[in-house]
Amino acid sequence: MLLEIKNLHASINGNEILKGIDLSVNFGEVHAIMGPNGSGKSTLASILAGKEDYEVTEGEIWYNGKNLLELAPEDRAREGVFLAFQYPVEIPGVSNTNLLKTALNEIRKYRGEEELDAIEFLSLLKEKSKLVELDQKFLSRSVNEGFSGGEKKRNEIFQMAVLNPKLAILDETDSGLDIDALRIVANGVNKLRSKDNAIVIVTHYQRLLNYIVPDFVHVLYQGKIVKSGSKELALELEEKGYDWIKNQKEEMPV
Amino acid sequence: MNQNKLTFKEICLQSFEDFEKNLNGEKQHPIHLYRKKAFEHFINLDIPSVKNEEWKYTNVSFLTKEEFKINPVKSDFSYDHISKFLFDNLEHNLITFVNGIYNKDLSKLLDIPSGVEILSLSEAIKNNNPIIKEYLGSASDITNNFFIALNSSFVIDGALIYVPDGKVVEEPIHLMFYNNSSSPKDLIQPRNLFVVGKNAQVTILEHYVSDTDTEYFTNSVTEIFVDENGNLDHIKLQEESLKSIHIGRMDTNQGRNSNFSSHLISTGAKFSRNEFNSVFKGEGSESTLNGLFMIDGDQLFDAHTLIDHAKPHCNSHEHYKGILQGNSKGVFNGKVMVRQDAQKTNAFQENNVILLSDSAVMNTKPQLEIFADDVKCSHGATIGKLNEEAKFYLKSRGIGEDAATAILIHAFASDVITSIKIEALRDYLEKIITRKFN
Ligand SMILES: Nc1ncnc2c1ncn2[C@@H]1O[C@H](COP(=O)(O)OP(=O)(O)OP(=O)(O)O)[C@@H](O)[C@H]1O
Ligand SMILES: [Mg+2]
Repeated sequence: MLLEIKNLHASINGNEILKGIDLSVNFGEVHAIMGPNGSGKSTLASILAGKEDYEVTEGEIWYNGKNLLELAPEDRAREGVFLAFQYPVEIPGVSNTNLLKTALNEIRKYRGEEELDAIEFLSLLKEKSKLVELDQKFLSRSVNEGFSGGEKKRNEIFQMAVLNPKLAILDETDSGLDIDALRIVANGVNKLRSKDNAIVIVTHYQRLLNYIVPDFVHVLYQGKIVKSGSKELALELEEKGYDWIKNQKEEMPV
Repeated sequence: MNQNKLTFKEICLQSFEDFEKNLNGEKQHPIHLYRKKAFEHFINLDIPSVKNEEWKYTNVSFLTKEEFKINPVKSDFSYDHISKFLFDNLEHNLITFVNGIYNKDLSKLLDIPSGVEILSLSEAIKNNNPIIKEYLGSASDITNNFFIALNSSFVIDGALIYVPDGKVVEEPIHLMFYNNSSSPKDLIQPRNLFVVGKNAQVTILEHYVSDTDTEYFTNSVTEIFVDENGNLDHIKLQEESLKSIHIGRMDTNQGRNSNFSSHLISTGAKFSRNEFNSVFKGEGSESTLNGLFMIDGDQLFDAHTLIDHAKPHCNSHEHYKGILQGNSKGVFNGKVMVRQDAQKTNAFQENNVILLSDSAVMNTKPQLEIFADDVKCSHGATIGKLNEEAKFYLKSRGIGEDAATAILIHAFASDVITSIKIEALRDYLEKIITRKFN
């Protein structure tokens, strides 16, 4: 088991957002998490990445045999967790290359590996930027500064490709992408897919799941996973919307 | 109170008498008449107190408690002491002053265009250089500023740079003020004079350094004249001993269509006060003032700037950035004066400060005084912490706390650094930041 979330409750500023999440992800699997706005999808993603604004009030998260909640955000990344942000932050004055070089070297140091030399590093960047068809000029630009919405998303997947995580969480990476960009990003992700890693995709749209076919689809609503199923569930949601699930939930005994 | 202890002014008075005694033939020299005039003003001026609005956060009362040695003695240091303050890969003209006195052995000049003068003020005084007579004392006012009057009373050395009309000095001129004083503390008072003629161009680096933690007091005055269509790129880099006091004054007069840019990078001294006054004397001129100060521990950094838009159609662009750690204290007071007939003025001013500790304090005060109506002026100030969201983003990529902080500090400083045109100097500054924050 790569990731095991048990009865996770979390709140921010005293408001409980996650109200008992259970989720297990195995190596080699792709999970899609869907759900209406505000249901807690990004909150879950942020907690996995280690954002400190949230308070975990109950439950546990096990990742690759480690208690994830005890790891600092940077150590989670070094252990192979990667979050593609829904809203990637702009960092003026820090180039993409500089970020990736520092990140890669810190990760390698943590794992007891040698730093990459300049030539190895540059050829890695080149190879991976091709994978997501990212123009080389983005490498020297400041992280996300002045990038269009779609460029930001593509840049997230580029970083993912370079850092090669075990567990990738893609938070609405498809939002704001035109159909060509969507295909490129999905292709990139598919190429990174393997039996040694797993991907959790947060999305509102079925169309991404046509390209990255999930093994499981979950519906998160009001801080809980209220329904799980196979890839057909996404089609059903696309067709019927969320109301039938919301109604089902209200019918459930308290 | 120790009865035998002399007050600062008494020390100055005695030093001035000693100084005059040793002058021999120079007593009737115009420069000495200037010193005497300055000294008369000095005697009547008070040490600035915190009751004075301009000195509200910057307390110089330590002057009354400490003893200083005012007339410097020549001291010898080898190239090893200064070599680490030179820049790799930069061929440059170098003029070195040790404790305020010109040192020929540690200086070198590359091929400089004919007519260009780069020399020590002491030499210029000895040779009755006409530039002194024409310019010295006409930008800095000795009548109402305690520290200018003090410096002017004892003028003996510093740098004189004269670039005649139409001449371009390609290689930067590196003025190295190496200080390494013994007790009692030296009062080191460089006096610099830069004159850039019509259509002339030069880059000057004023570099204050010390490789020890000795105590001394630098009180420098730099007068700058940029004539019509002239261009001066000025960098002041202050890396004095962390036990020293640094008071630096710069007065600039800009002629028509001239271009002056100033970069102040300050990391050193226990106490530093930087005064910068610039006057537009002709239309169509441009002035850029960039600043970057990085202080820690109990350091105090104070920048007081005044840009006087006395003429129409001039642009000024001022951007000071600070990074404060420990219990350090920063002061920024930027005044922009737009006179009544200075229409079509563009003045932009900004001050951004990052506090890396809870006990660091920043006082910032922009002052716009606008008497013309057709102008564009703006100012802004931010004081805050490093962007937490950006830091989290970096951490989520595997970058640890220290490296993430260092990256964001480099990024914060980057626009000031990249505004410096000399690549070797940019590299040198990046290294300073790396040393401080990695
Ligand atoms: N700082 C905060 N203080 C209070 N409530 C917050 C805070 N941050 C998020 N929330 C709330 O938490 C809930 C879940 O937000 P979250 O961003 O996880 O939703 P989401 O499922 O990702 O939605 P979307 O589909 O719109 O991206 C929302 O109701 C949101 O308003
Ligand atoms: Mg979201």
